[in-house]
Formats: sequence, structure tokens, C-alpha cells
Amino acid sequence: MSENLLEVKGLEKHFPITKGLFKRQVGAVRAVDGIDIEVKSGETLGLVGESGCGKSTTGRLFTRILEPTAGTITFEGEDISHKSVTQLRPLRRDVQMIFQDPYSSLNPRHTVGSIVSAPLQIQNIPTPQGLKKAVQELLELVGLNPEHYNRYPHEFSGGQRQRIGIARALALRPKLIIADEPVSALDVSIQAQVVNLLDDLQREFDLTYVFIAHDLSVVRHISDRVAVMYLGKVVEVAERDELYKNPRHPYTVALMSAVPVPDPVRRDRAQRDRVLLTGDVPSPINPPSGCRFRTRCWKAQDICATEEPPLVVRLDDPASHQTACHFPVVEDEAVAGRRPAAAPA
Amino acid sequence: MSIGATNARPFLEIKDLNVRFETDDGIVQAVTGSTFSLEKGQTLGIVGESGSGKSVTSLAVLGLHRTRSNAKVSGEIWLDDEELVTASDEQVRKLRGGKMAMIFQDPLSAMHPYFTVGSQIVEAYRVHHPGVNKKVARERAIDMLARVGIPQPERRFNDYAHQFSGGMRQRAMIAMALVNDPALLIADEPTTALDVTVQAQILDLIRDLQEEFGSAVIMITHDLGVVAELADEVLVMYGGKVIEKGPAVDVFQQPQHPYTWGLLGSMPRLDREVRDRLNPVKGTPPSLINLPQGCAFNPRCPYAGRNGDRSFTETPELRGDIHKVACHLPAEERTKIFQQEVLPNL
Amino acid sequence: MLAYIVRRVINAIITLLVVTAVTFGIFFAIPKATGSDPALLYIGKQSDPAAIEGIRQKMGFDDPIYVQYGKFLKGLVAGRDYANGPDVTHCPAPCFGYSFATDQEVTPLLLEDIPVTLSLALGAAVLWLVMGISFGVISALRRGTFIDRAAMTTALAGVSLPVYFTGLLSTAIFVYWLGWLPQGQYVPFLENPADWFVNLILPWVTLAFLFAATYARLTRANMLETLGEDYVRTARAKGLTERVVIGKHALRSGLTPIVTVFGLDLGALLGGAVLTETVFNLRGLGYQALQAIRQNDLPIILGVTLIAAFFIVFANLIVDLVYGWIDPRVRLA
Ligand SMILES: Nc1ncnc2c1ncn2[C@@H]1O[C@H](COP(=O)(O)OP(=O)(O)O)[C@@H](O)[C@H]1O
Ligand SMILES: Nc1ncnc2c1ncn2[C@@H]1O[C@H](COP(=O)(O)OP(=O)(O)O)[C@@H](O)[C@H]1O
Ligand code: SF4
Ligand code: SF4
Ligand SMILES: [Mg+2]
Ligand SMILES: [Mg+2]
Repeated sequence: MSENLLEVKGLEKHFPITKGLFKRQVGAVRAVDGIDIEVKSGETLGLVGESGCGKSTTGRLFTRILEPTAGTITFEGEDISHKSVTQLRPLRRDVQMIFQDPYSSLNPRHTVGSIVSAPLQIQNIPTPQGLKKAVQELLELVGLNPEHYNRYPHEFSGGQRQRIGIARALALRPKLIIADEPVSALDVSIQAQVVNLLDDLQREFDLTYVFIAHDLSVVRHISDRVAVMYLGKVVEVAERDELYKNPRHPYTVALMSAVPVPDPVRRDRAQRDRVLLTGDVPSPINPPSGCRFRTRCWKAQDICATEEPPLVVRLDDPASHQTACHFPVVEDEAVAGRRPAAAPA
Repeated sequence: MSIGATNARPFLEIKDLNVRFETDDGIVQAVTGSTFSLEKGQTLGIVGESGSGKSVTSLAVLGLHRTRSNAKVSGEIWLDDEELVTASDEQVRKLRGGKMAMIFQDPLSAMHPYFTVGSQIVEAYRVHHPGVNKKVARERAIDMLARVGIPQPERRFNDYAHQFSGGMRQRAMIAMALVNDPALLIADEPTTALDVTVQAQILDLIRDLQEEFGSAVIMITHDLGVVAELADEVLVMYGGKVIEKGPAVDVFQQPQHPYTWGLLGSMPRLDREVRDRLNPVKGTPPSLINLPQGCAFNPRCPYAGRNGDRSFTETPELRGDIHKVACHLPAEERTKIFQQEVLPNL
Repeated sequence: MLAYIVRRVINAIITLLVVTAVTFGIFFAIPKATGSDPALLYIGKQSDPAAIEGIRQKMGFDDPIYVQYGKFLKGLVAGRDYANGPDVTHCPAPCFGYSFATDQEVTPLLLEDIPVTLSLALGAAVLWLVMGISFGVISALRRGTFIDRAAMTTALAGVSLPVYFTGLLSTAIFVYWLGWLPQGQYVPFLENPADWFVNLILPWVTLAFLFAATYARLTRANMLETLGEDYVRTARAKGLTERVVIGKHALRSGLTPIVTVFGLDLGALLGGAVLTETVFNLRGLGYQALQAIRQNDLPIILGVTLIAAFFIVFANLIVDLVYGWIDPRVRLA
């Protein structure tokens, strides 16, 4: 459980912004801007944050679909940061990805059979029982009718398509699966079915997951450890229960308090406790100096503008709980009612 | 505007609303026999998974199916003592955006890309205030932008929708809907496309505005959390039908319909301990072209067999006093199942 | 918006430069490379070598290609002098050189043809825009009705019937059989506007029929798509009248794709509607080009090609500007 399957250090991905006829670079989207984190073997690491904070980019760096601008990515002790496509071939077996959109991530002109068997064929994996049999087993595994082998993606519902995506990811028996918002596009009941499926598969095949989502409740349900991202940085990371009980970073607190609770009796309290963040997320092209959250943080002080808070253990938190904030939130404070009167700016 | 003393009709009353679409694949029974009502100052939450008929219901209230030649709407829609299904196109048009207004899910696609946000609000104001000159309308629009919390409203007035952030865009959309002080506001998944932090801001805004203007609000969403935040009354839809309806507190604390149980069981929640597994409804939503015989939920219902074959032959009616449910299970048995089998797993 | 305009204009100029270079390269370098002597083409094979040499000197055929191209460009912009010692001929800007066949200056020849082509193209364009868009919009609004089907069937016929067929057929009917219209002959507008009009009716209608059909189908498809857009629903939800919903909100975006197609079509037509001009015996650019090709008259072909290219680039520039004006997302990007 404690061995690191994947480790990244100082990970950065900057997308250049070019202008004019000669594609002069005039700046960069700092989608991922210095992340240190590890994925332990067998765990599920949740990655949460608002849209645009760099979750998908991080996920695509982990699988090396993207090449980092800076920093290192180590998979099973091997540096894969800048390996070429051919060198990455073996890695493609071990690391797979599941995408959010079950509609666009499957080729509409290919049958389910050929979609799911493609990874096997590309990697020349021998299938003793025959390719068709192997695929049908996979389909059955994810709860699809194996007889639908010859059907096309449009003949399936959203939830079923997501299952096809999962079957494809499982085909190579990977060690690590990066799931980028795998249930965000699905209805609640279907969402729960897929979450349960992912749970079962993890147990059965000793999978390690990186689960990317913006829904804090789903992330809490499925993750062992959770990292909260804001503007290309990890601002807080901890064991799941620890994080949800003792959120330290003001952003984590605000994010959690914003989740509507399905209990009308508690709604007054929930509203009172809610930290209403003002304004919008700043642009990742020109992030604020010091702490990136300071433009929306109700606890911000002068030092926050000048000094970037490192991601370290704060107060007397356990060693696995790290927070990037100069003034971490303490317990009593987290429940004290704060509804800033200021209008959104 | 006021409810006549002689007439006890609620501010909004929908009776046996049916909406059908003729398509190449067959007739889509998008809404069947919907009945509900709403008073001013109250919020009605409509929940259900996608395709359950929520949007079609709200579009029917605004008379927006009239321009679709394949749509058939029947039943009664009473708004402030005026019947809308049989009213003329012109009558309904005058109410639209005036007495009743709507906010849509995706504010980027719901705003015209070629006109400035300000001019679209001005336009909405001026159709219902024909005598008002441009300058007054412009001031009104800027007021509204300020009211919904858009900074520098004079400047943003001249911007286009794509220049706004998602949250600001939804605020602008709300400003546009509220510019004529509607007595009925329908919000169709107004926060589904937004991040939670922005969602919290928008829900807060809608709540404030409702307090200020005293309008009746219909909040449509697939998120039970959002409903619980705002609604006084909740209506659960499945397969185009209302299958449970009641005061929000009752529906969330004593849900009666097996589908509502399934919805609650599907949701991981932050206010409870983490469950080992979720308890989702099995299967997938029905096709509205070929609804199952009897109770539309029967293929997915774990209790379908408990009443002989009634669930498969007879469509359950929505019954009850304040808290109504459409299910053949006897009330005591339902309560027992909920307490013993469902609640412990939520 | 200004920055956007400047960008588009610079783009257009660069495109034109590239076009002239490529065209010049093809028309002048290739004969040279294949060993055929352009000087010979001017005076015929039997001439004495001294005369040929004189022409060659005067026209600068011995210069390296890039020098010739430079001179050619200068001629286009500022005019140029062809000189062989004291024998100097001035060719004012825009100078396309001299016809192989007739030794006449190319520019005035082409200038004579432009009004014909312009009259034909612009007149037809007005007609097909009005017809195409109205039928397209009506079809979209009355989708599935008899009107829709009738309009779309006619449109299908329009797209599939070639101009020489519709042209000859309509001439046979209206000119020879019914005698309603004169046998076509171009009359300059300034000379007699009524005759100009009457003589152009048939070519206009024939050409417009072809294009109107495409435009009706395109308009219909775009309108149907736009009518399903969320912002059209919003417009209705605001209580706007159907006239405003269709006429302002839907039409505005429904017609934008038409702008692009229109720019391309018009640009191409201004370069010469070869078939139509031939069928109706109109002496426009297309007709001129056909003659020149038959006689291997390279300077004229070059001239027509460049004028066509100019019109196309110009039309495209206008399209880009109109687009930027219509769609703020383009201009503010
Ligand atoms: N290929 C790309 N080119 C330029 N910018 C990109 C690209 N991919 C993502 N971005 C930008 O990087 C930021 C982070 O994006 P993403 O990783 O998709 O965020 P998330 O998944 O958290 O929503 C965003 O501002 C996004 O616009
Ligand atoms: N114009 C239409 N033509 C045909 N079917 C439609 C039309 N509008 C909606 N429907 C169908 O009606 C059903 C209910 O849709 P809707 O009310 O939008 O669901 P939701 O609850 O997700 O808002 C869906 O099955 C949808 O496909
Ligand atoms: S470092 Fe300062 S600005 Fe950043 S989160 Fe902490 S208190 Fe807020
Ligand atoms: S009527 Fe029968 S099938 Fe329908 S919800 Fe009740 S028990 Fe289930
Ligand atoms: Mg993403
Ligand atoms: Mg909907």
C-alpha cells in the first residue's frame, strides 16, 4: 500500500500562447505549475478543483499523453518524463485512461468489439481463448451484454458507453487507471452504478486509480486520499477522512461548504456556514503573486501577496496532511458562521 | 394581479398536463397527466433524471411548444386566473418574459452571440414596456446587472456573452429574466453547468431575489441537493410522470416512492458517513416512446412483485393528502420498507 | 476592430503577391524552360533573327526570372517602359504587357470586358440572393409542407441542370418561340439602361437559377439549425414577436454562413462566368479568356487570371470584414 507507483516532482505544463503570422509566443497558459505528488500502489487518489484548475492536464501528464514543460514523472521507479512514443509503448500497457465524455471518446464507426479489442491488437497481446472471447469476457466484466459485441456506440446509453470505455481501459490489465471525470456526464443513478463498478474492478484487479472530478461528494466516496487543486497547484492533500473533517486550506473549506446538502432541515445551517467565494478564478496566464488564492480568500494578509505558501504539514496535522496556506483554518473556525457581506467583485 | 377573493385558484395551477411529440420513431409521451400548483413567494423543486420531462413541463407553461408543429399539449395551465393552453398565441406571448420568465441551463448558448448582453436585456424590457425610450431601458438594464451582482455594469452592458465568465453570464441571464418583475420565475437547471462555488453564489442570488420580489419560483434540477437548498415543495418526475410530490422536508425525510429511494441511495453525501457502497437504482430510464405497461418504474423496481402483478398491469395514480405518491404498495408497507431496508443504507 | 481590419488587409496583400508570383512563374518560366521562345510568338517564325533579338531585348526575355518578375510587378503597380535602345514603348499601370496575337496592350482590352462581366455577375447575384434566401427561409419555416417540398425540388433541379442546358432552353423559349426578349447582345448601361437591362435578363436568370438553388438549400439548412438554437428559444421566452424572433435573432446568425459562400461565388464569377458568357455570346472576361487560350495568347491569359485572382481575394477580404462586423467572437478573438 505504501509503495509509490507514480511520483511527480515540480511538474509543470505550460501551453504557449502565440500571436500573429509568425506565431510569436506572447505568453503561456500555466495549466499545471509546479506539482509534487505521489500515487501509492493500490490506492485511489482523488483530484478535485473547479474547472480549469488543471486536473485534466495533470491526468494527461501522468499518462504521458502530454510531455511536461518541467519536472519529472517517475513510474515504478523509472523516469518517464521525456520518453519518446516508442519508449512509452510498454507504459501504455500499465497506465490507461477513462474519459468524461462517453459520446466523443468512442469512435462512432467502430463496433464495440473492435473498440475494446484495439488495445490488445496494438500491443500484440496474445489471447489464448481468441480475441472475440477475450473481449466478450471484458464486456461481461463491466456489466454489458457480451452478445452486443457487434453493436455501434450510438446504440448504447450514456452509462453503457462509459462501461465500454472502462472495458477498453481494462483490456490490457493496467496497473494504474486515470479516470478523468468518468461519471460527471451521467445521471445520478447511472453515476452510482459506474462508481460501484469501478470499486469492484479495483478490488478484483488490484487497480490503482487517480480519480479526477469536480464533485466533492463522489470524490469523497471513492478516494483514499484527496488532493485539492487551484490554478495549477495542489493547495491541500490528505487522507480522505482527515481532509473532509479538518480542511485547512480556505479554498478547501469554501469548496466543501458550497456543496448543497440533500437535507432541507439542515439548509439554514448549511447556508449560514457557507463561505461564499466572491469573484471568478483568475486567469492561469497571469496568476496572482504569492498565494494564488489570495484574490478570493477572506483570510488573506500582506504576506500572502509576496510569499508563496509551501505545501507542508501545518498545525499538528498528521504527516500525510499538507496544506499550502500561511494561515490555515482551525477547527472551530471551520464551523463558525461566515458569510462575507461583500458583493461579488 | 391579486388572487381574487371569490376564486381560490392557486397562482399557478397545472391540471392533467400532457405533452406529446410526434417523431419518426413514434410518439414521445414526454409529459403525462402532470398536476401541481404553486403560490407566490413559494418555490417548487422539480427533480428527475434527464429525459424525465422536466424541461418539457416548464416549456409548456411558457407556451414554447406552440412553435413546434410536432408537439401536442393538452390539459390546463392556469396562471393568475388565466388559462394558457387554450389562450391565443398573442396572449401567451405577452405573458412570456413579462408575468412569467425563464432561466436556462447553459447561459452561453442561451444568449445571442451577436448582440451585446445589455442590448438583449433592453430588448426584453422594451417588448413589455413599449412606451419606454432607449435611454430609460438602458438604465433599467444597468440597474438589473448591478442588482444581480455584476461589477462595473455600465461597462459590461456593452460586452458580449462570450466575454463573460460562466457565473457572470448566468447572472446576466437572471437579470434578463427579472427585468420585468415576473411573478413566476422558472429556472431550468440554472447551475448545472457551473462549478459548486459559483452554484452557491447563484442559488444565493435566486433566494435573495425571490425574497425581494416575492415571485413564485420553479427550480428544475437533477441535483437533490439543489432542491433541498431552495424548495418548499418537491415534485419527483419519472418517465414523464409525477411520481411523488410533497413538502420538501417530508419528501427528503420520509420519501415514499421506490424511485426516490433509489435516487437518494445513488448519491454519496457529505453530511453522512462514507458508505461502503452506493445503492443505485438498477437498469436505465425507460424510453418515452415505449413506456412499460403498468407502473413505468416496474423494470427497475425491487418491489415490483410485491402486489401480485398489479405493478405490471395497472398504472398507479398519484394519491395522498399533502404528501402524494404514485405506487401500488400499501402505505404501511412502504413506511416499513423505508425504515427497515432503505434508511439504514442511506 | 481596426487591428482586425489591418490584419485582414495585410493578409490579402500577401495572398495577392503570392498569386502573382505563382501565376507569373507558370506563364513565363515554363515556356522558357520547355524551350519555346516567347519572342517568336510575337512576330511569327519567319521573321529575321535580328527582329527576334530586338523583341527579346525589348521585352527583357533574357533577364533572369526574378528580374522579369520584378519588372512585371513594377508594371502592374507603376507602369513600365519597354526599351530596346531608342525604341521605347510606355505601358501605363496596371501593365499586363502586349497580346501575342494582336500586339495590342492587354489592359484596355480587359478593361473593356470588365463591365460586361460585372453587370452579369452583380445582377445575377442580387437576383439569386433574393430568391435563394427567401425560398430558403420560407422552406425552413414551413418545413415539411407542400411549399417546402416544391421549393426544394425546384432547387434540386437548379443545382443539377447545367447552365448551357437551361441557358439554351430559355433562349429557345423566350427569344425564338415567344419572342419576348431580344437575341442577347451586350449594351453598355450608360448608353441605354433599358436595353442593358432587357438584354441581360436571360443571362441573369439562368445564372441566378443555378446559384439560387444552392443558396435556398443552404439557407434552409442554416435556418433550421438556428431555429433550434437555445438563443432563439430565449428570444421567444422573452416574449418577442415571431417577426423579431425570426427576422432579427434567427436570420442574423442563420445567414452568416451565406456570407462566406457568397463571397467565394461572387469572386469567382467576377473572374468571368465562362459558360454563361459563351452561351449568351457576351464578350466578358470569361469569353476573352477562352479566346486567348485558343490562340495561346499568354499575356491575356495572365491578365485575366490575375484579375480573377484579384476579385477572389478582394471578395474574400470583404467576407472577412463583414464576418468580423457580424460576429463579435471573430473580431474580439
Ligand atoms: N491544449 C491546450 N492548449 C492551451 N490551453 C490549454 C490546453 N489544455 C488545457 N488548457 C488550459 O489549461 C487550463 C487547465 O485546463 P484543464 O487541465 O483542462 O483543467 P480542468 O480539467 O481542471 O478543468 C485551462 O485554463 C485550459 O484552458
Ligand atoms: N421537440 C421535441 N421533439 C421530440 N421529443 C422531444 C422534444 N423535446 C423533448 N423531447 C423528449 O421529451 C423527453 C423529455 O425531455 P425533457 O423534458 O427535456 O427532459 P429533462 O427532464 O431532462 O428536462 C425526452 O425524451 C426528450 O427526448
Ligand atoms: S496563504 Fe493567505 S491568501 Fe492564501 S489561502 Fe492562506 S490565507 Fe488565504
Ligand atoms: S407501483 Fe410497483 S413497480 Fe411501481 S414503484 Fe410501486 S412497487 Fe415499484
Ligand atoms: Mg477537465
Ligand atoms: Mg432538461
